[in-house]
Amino acid sequence: MEFAELIKTPRVDNVVLHRPFYPAVEGTLCLTGHHLILSSRQDNTEELWLLHSNIDAIDKRFVGPLGTIIIKCKDFRIIQLDIPGMEECLNIASSIEALSTLDSITLMYPFFYRPMFEVIEDGWHSFLPEQEFELYSSATSDWRLSYVNKEFAVCPSYPPIVIVPKSIDDEALRKVATFRHGGRFPVLSYYHKKNGMVIMRSGQPLTGTNGRRCKEDEKLINATLRAGKRGYIIDTRSLNVAQQARAKGGGFEQEAHYPQWRRIHKSIEREGASILIHGTEGTDSTLQVTSLAQIILEPRSRTIRGFEALIEREWLQAGHPFQQRCAQSAYCSSKQKWESPVFLLFLDCVWQILRQFPCSFEFNENFLIMLFEHAYASQFGTFLGNNESERCKLKLQQKTMSLWSWVNRPSELSKVTNPLFEANSLVIWPSVAPQSLQLWEGIFLRWNRSSKYLDEAYEEMVNIIEYNKELQAKVNLLRRQLAELETKDGVQESP
Amino acid sequence: MEHIRTTKVEQVKLLDRFSTNNKSLTGTLYLTATHLLFIDSQQKETWILHHHIGSVEKLALTTSGCPLVIQCKNFRIVHFIVPRERDCHDIYNSLLQLSKQAKYEDLYAFSYNPKQNDSERLRGWQLIDLAEEYKRMGVPNSNWQLSDANREYKICETYPRELYVPRIASKPIIVGSSKFRSKGRFPVLSYYHQNKEAAICRCSQPLSGFSARCLEDEHLLQAISKANPANRYMYVVDTRPKLNAIANRAAGKGYENEDNYSNIRFQFVGIENIHVMRSSLQKLLEVNGTKGLSVNDFYSGLESSGWLRHIKAVMDAAIFLAKAIMVENASVLVHCSDGWDRTSQVCSLGSLLLDSYYRTVKGFMVLIEKDWISFGHKFSERCGHLDGDPKEVSPVFTQFLECVWHLTEQFPQDFEFNEAFLLQIHEHIHSCQFGNFLGNCQKEREELKLKEKTYSLWPFLLDDQKKYLNPLYSSSSQKFAVLEPNTASFNFKFWRNMYHQFDRTLHPRESVCNIIMNMNEQNKQLEKEIEDLESKINKCKNEQIDGVLTKELLHPVHPESPIIKTSLCFKEQTLLPVNDTLRTIEGSNPADNRYSEYAEEFSKSEPAVVSLEYGVARMTC
Repeated sequence: MEFAELIKTPRVDNVVLHRPFYPAVEGTLCLTGHHLILSSRQDNTEELWLLHSNIDAIDKRFVGPLGTIIIKCKDFRIIQLDIPGMEECLNIASSIEALSTLDSITLMYPFFYRPMFEVIEDGWHSFLPEQEFELYSSATSDWRLSYVNKEFAVCPSYPPIVIVPKSIDDEALRKVATFRHGGRFPVLSYYHKKNGMVIMRSGQPLTGTNGRRCKEDEKLINATLRAGKRGYIIDTRSLNVAQQARAKGGGFEQEAHYPQWRRIHKSIEREGASILIHGTEGTDSTLQVTSLAQIILEPRSRTIRGFEALIEREWLQAGHPFQQRCAQSAYCSSKQKWESPVFLLFLDCVWQILRQFPCSFEFNENFLIMLFEHAYASQFGTFLGNNESERCKLKLQQKTMSLWSWVNRPSELSKVTNPLFEANSLVIWPSVAPQSLQLWEGIFLRWNRSSKYLDEAYEEMVNIIEYNKELQAKVNLLRRQLAELETKDGVQESP
Repeated sequence: MEHIRTTKVEQVKLLDRFSTNNKSLTGTLYLTATHLLFIDSQQKETWILHHHIGSVEKLALTTSGCPLVIQCKNFRIVHFIVPRERDCHDIYNSLLQLSKQAKYEDLYAFSYNPKQNDSERLRGWQLIDLAEEYKRMGVPNSNWQLSDANREYKICETYPRELYVPRIASKPIIVGSSKFRSKGRFPVLSYYHQNKEAAICRCSQPLSGFSARCLEDEHLLQAISKANPANRYMYVVDTRPKLNAIANRAAGKGYENEDNYSNIRFQFVGIENIHVMRSSLQKLLEVNGTKGLSVNDFYSGLESSGWLRHIKAVMDAAIFLAKAIMVENASVLVHCSDGWDRTSQVCSLGSLLLDSYYRTVKGFMVLIEKDWISFGHKFSERCGHLDGDPKEVSPVFTQFLECVWHLTEQFPQDFEFNEAFLLQIHEHIHSCQFGNFLGNCQKEREELKLKEKTYSLWPFLLDDQKKYLNPLYSSSSQKFAVLEPNTASFNFKFWRNMYHQFDRTLHPRESVCNIIMNMNEQNKQLEKEIEDLESKINKCKNEQIDGVLTKELLHPVHPESPIIKTSLCFKEQTLLPVNDTLRTIEGSNPADNRYSEYAEEFSKSEPAVVSLEYGVARMTC
């Protein structure tokens, strides 16, 4: 298919663009295969470049010959285009509709995008599972890398390489996979070096109504606990929902068969215990919980690189179906049932913790907003596809650029770095009282109000911090100079 | 001391208000003449001023003892468990007596002694000079003059002695108008905008009933509009809901009839009365005091309390004033019923939007002295300083502070002061520790001889100014840089740092505001150190040149001395750590739990000025 077929009117003059807080701009509207562009050809106004994939819904209105298209974006921006001529307006609207809902992933922008920046480090190789495992292997020998899913045959939504208990062989894993929803057998999500406790995740056990069991599953889960230790199986669903799941062949673990484990359907107070987490499939709420736990527990995941690694490990590799979840967003009226802002909700939780510990994160709010944007519409291939298997088939590594290749360059990093950051090796316990939670204004009010004064204040804060560093450096330099001079003095005076 | 039967109770438990598993601290409770004091086993102290106590409640006896719940006006809530019921009963009775005094003379301010002599105390009272303030605004001038009509409080007991009125308004007109206004509160100047030559004036409702008129009052309003050369129209803003104003007509009061006044445009802005505000806050506090509160219950409770809707109404009214002056160049006359609650809110907030001086530490004090204290906002009744009518209590001033806080959130660089300043002022409208807020009007304050017998709060706040400065303040803004806040409903949010100021577990664990404040402070020290070092280095160099000149003749210099080499390895010193002392992060060890942090928050020591330091120091701006 050619984009040209979809673009009936590629260009309309005298289109007026209305955006909040900006004066209306009159200019020429151009449609390309992936962008909607409005250019006024005036030096002082910025051009509008909007990815079609960012468009969530459009409304048309007509007043006489003047048509109006209201475009609602997945990043929650709403803009209005006044287009002279009814036919032009209708053509533009239908083109936008078609181009923003392309069926084929390979027609999407990342496959056409040619980067204009120099790649310092190829992001597709920045976070390899082997390297991530090395961080643990120095601390424990209870776990191993398994290549059982190399061909994506055991679990289609798992990556080729996963971390499992050392005492469980691949054959057993294959059996466990048949007992878990989507073949998602329990794998290691996080190892807490301080006390050796772990977080594992999986899909629900397929116990069904007659309470089916799986010896290997019980062995695997029990193998992760040392004698006398206790574990919790956290079912992210309510007990009611979990019970209903049995009728559809799903279910939950019977505590009798997992003697050291207790199953719960809510959060727990802290105590040094291992955790297995699952919901139904283990690709949504499960990942929210495992990744947030790591933000709280693990200082590394609060750094820029560590957070990227976390997204890579706990979302992309773990098989969160980004393609399905982010295909449409809040404004679209024809949403499919698999659309859901699971990842945005996770980012919001991170933002809440960032608000409560503004010095403990290496990144700032912009980093989270950037990730939100790219999950929904991007020139990079990182968030395409629903799992590693699909990404492999799409040959994303060869055909598209990784988001991390772009972000991990000094010029981009400086925009997302938190000037207040001071490495904090502690566990950070956020408050979850409703009074402590706030509306994420940076996302939800971003297009509804001017942030001029807040931006200026942020800049001033950065200036104060920079100035402080400068002064510290200068004082150190002068102290050294003075010390030198005084020693010189001493030398001269000594005979 | 006759109210105190038991001065000390041991083995008392202090419960954590928001803990889900009933954590508690055990310690000893002491009752002094002015404070309730709890010292826990770690020797941390919690001081509660008797005047801060809003209510004391004895709950049903439990197996562990008798629960005593104390709610304070500064939104602290403490929950004690006293082992023996008799002790609990004694403490309860004492607190009931001590927290409700019958006479002004029994309030803390009359015994509080910060060790200052009489002249220091008097200088403190002279710090804020309203005559000076009117001069700063630009009055008297050719259109406005100081009136001596109320010099002896003969026309209006609740107004100050010195009032500014239009030059063309004669004394008979003023007297006539005052008879037509509720409580004699005739229209006078509240703020004069020098650039626009427009004024904000204030008064109480007219006694118009269904048809009454008063020519003098009509003249006075005309005089006000004539005092503005740029616009002969003026707005009359009735801050009440229209229905309330209409209802008042039946009682012989009411609002201005546009037909009777030439050149006025009449406008209602719909702020609710003190009773609605009181119960709104009560609802809010009930909701946010709930243990294990769900997000849904919090937001639906916040909504149904109506609190933020009321805050928005006050803000919108103030914006109306600012716009009338800035956009239309028109003067505005503001009133409500008596003109001391909503009128004070709207006039002061309107002036603060218009004039950047009121957004400084000193200017804010002046604003409070002018529009609240001098114009007779009934602080003692509204704050319940004495055992009086509970229906007179209302959080009108708290709402004003909250409006200002909302502005500081939208304009983070336009205020010289920070949130701690607002909280500290709030602390003291209830503390009765200083004389400023005692009494209900200036006449009453003079009769109480407050300036001789008590101290003024403002000099103490100024001495402590460092704590209250906004590190991001940019003073470059012009005097008349008007603030234009956005009042779309999403801008109004729950002020956690006010209503939960003592519930430390609910707040961010690291405070950006404090870190930047300290950094600013440190930058000043570093600048000084650089100066010192530079001068020392210069001195050193000069000495060396001298030295070389004299010594060269005697000894050849060894250029490669080993000592010089070691000096190059001079160790980089880490300078004053900025963050360390401020950061409160919990350890990963389950033993060092949140509660210890919470306990620290309770441990307010008792300085000469009861300071909020522990309550707010670690919150974010």
